[in-house]
Amino acid sequence: MQNYDIVIIGGGPAGLSAAVEAYEKGITNIIIIERDKYLGGILQQCIHNGFGLQEFKEELTGPEYAQKFIDKVEEYGIKVMLESMVLNVSKDRILKIVNPYDGVLDIKAEAIILAMGCRERPRGAISIPGSRPAGIFTAGAAQRYVNMEGYLPGTEVVILGSGDIGLIMARRLTLEGAKVKAVVELMPYSSGLTRNIVQCLDDFNIPLLLNHTVIEIHGKERVEGVTIAEVNEKREPISETEKYISCDTLILSVGLIPENELSKQAGVEIDSITGGPVVNEMLETNIPGIFACGNVLQVHDLADNVSEEARLAASSAVKFIKGNKDLIKSDIIIRAGYGIRYVVPQKINIENIEDKVKFRMRPTNIYTNKILTVRTKNKLLLKQKKQRLTPGEMIEININKKILNDLVKDDEIVFSVEEG
Amino acid sequence: MEIKEITCTVCPLGCKIKVEIEGGVIKNISGYSCTRGLKYATDEVTLPKRTITSSVRAKNGQLPLLSVRTKEAVPKSKTEEIMLELSKIEVKAPFKIGDVVVSNIAGTGVDVVATRNLYEK
Repeated sequence: MQNYDIVIIGGGPAGLSAAVEAYEKGITNIIIIERDKYLGGILQQCIHNGFGLQEFKEELTGPEYAQKFIDKVEEYGIKVMLESMVLNVSKDRILKIVNPYDGVLDIKAEAIILAMGCRERPRGAISIPGSRPAGIFTAGAAQRYVNMEGYLPGTEVVILGSGDIGLIMARRLTLEGAKVKAVVELMPYSSGLTRNIVQCLDDFNIPLLLNHTVIEIHGKERVEGVTIAEVNEKREPISETEKYISCDTLILSVGLIPENELSKQAGVEIDSITGGPVVNEMLETNIPGIFACGNVLQVHDLADNVSEEARLAASSAVKFIKGNKDLIKSDIIIRAGYGIRYVVPQKINIENIEDKVKFRMRPTNIYTNKILTVRTKNKLLLKQKKQRLTPGEMIEININKKILNDLVKDDEIVFSVEEG
Repeated sequence: MEIKEITCTVCPLGCKIKVEIEGGVIKNISGYSCTRGLKYATDEVTLPKRTITSSVRAKNGQLPLLSVRTKEAVPKSKTEEIMLELSKIEVKAPFKIGDVVVSNIAGTGVDVVATRNLYEK
């Protein structure tokens, strides 16, 4: 059995950044396990720009952003195992892996960093009635066809869901000559970034139909059209508003699910809201020595944030290996209060915090001119004015250790949206 | 008088900025919350620019496509012309990030460069 100090599962933005950080912190016996033929993960198909503004202070495309990390991995000689699928992870950190070169092999890790990312919600997850013709794609699948394989999935397109990948694909398909007839969004707001609404829809006069959904898919062999309808406050279709749109392609951009099958096998506790592991301030899961970062932990808006989060997971894994193996006793619970959907990390141990701890969260709705508060049962720890909060933009709150110093075991910290 | 409504993309606030134009001259700008927003709205009305990202056909590469972008932002009005020019191009691997694929695309004075290392098959 091969032995490594750190095994990183996934060679996308999280895994690459974690590998570079762990190496720079002095742990060199590392391996990245990647199931695709190349490193970079989903960045390789994200050929649009908008990456790197935080990490590199310049605007890059996905492949350019990935290459900056890949160059470092190569420079440091970090071991990479491509076309390799992790089949199982055990509690005692033994990984079972299969690939075309070694067959099945076992690797023992001192620490594991989960960086598997997420996958798209497919048609089956949203129950659209109708037949099952060809021409229905998730946005990411369409993106791979257009940007890496060289195929255009269709010529007349309706996009359901206004997540960022859906918006990006609306522009991409338009530029490649397809007609995007509408982006249909169930919610009263888009979950995409404002800049994507402007540059991907407004620039090309593509209508964004809020409070609408697809209620039927038509066509037997190939999609021939969809019926859309407006929805009421309960998100139920209003029958008088039904409208037929002819199209040969339906693209789904209806959310991402962290890919945690392996984590569950190892006994990692999963947060039912984020779909990712429950972690402490070190991004350690409930299983000692298993850390999580990137979209497998929580779905991020920006790759830059993933890279940053991965550095924390890596430096925590390094601390774990160097003997500080008592990280797990995190006994202060973090809770999402009114207006907040979730907060990561879900628990903290003040002793492990060096100077500050970063919390990431999303609101449940759009709020304007509110105050975001951080409270314990009887004390206001922090408040911040927020002009605008939207579920499409993750909130980041840094809290200094000195604010947290008075807290005792079993205290709760609650993040809420309150009136200004 | 013409009124253009612009959604600012500088920050997540997404201010709806109104620009009043008369005879091609900006008469009034309202609805912005900061000077960056004011500049954004002015640029959007006078000469909106975008970085165009796309791909071109590639022979002999590990992928059938080479992803590319304009090295700098180009006038938005040139988008279609640039896409048409790129659709006619076929390159031959290898390419490194930053290699020029088309110089002075559509007369913009801006080069189109590779955004991926494309190795030979």
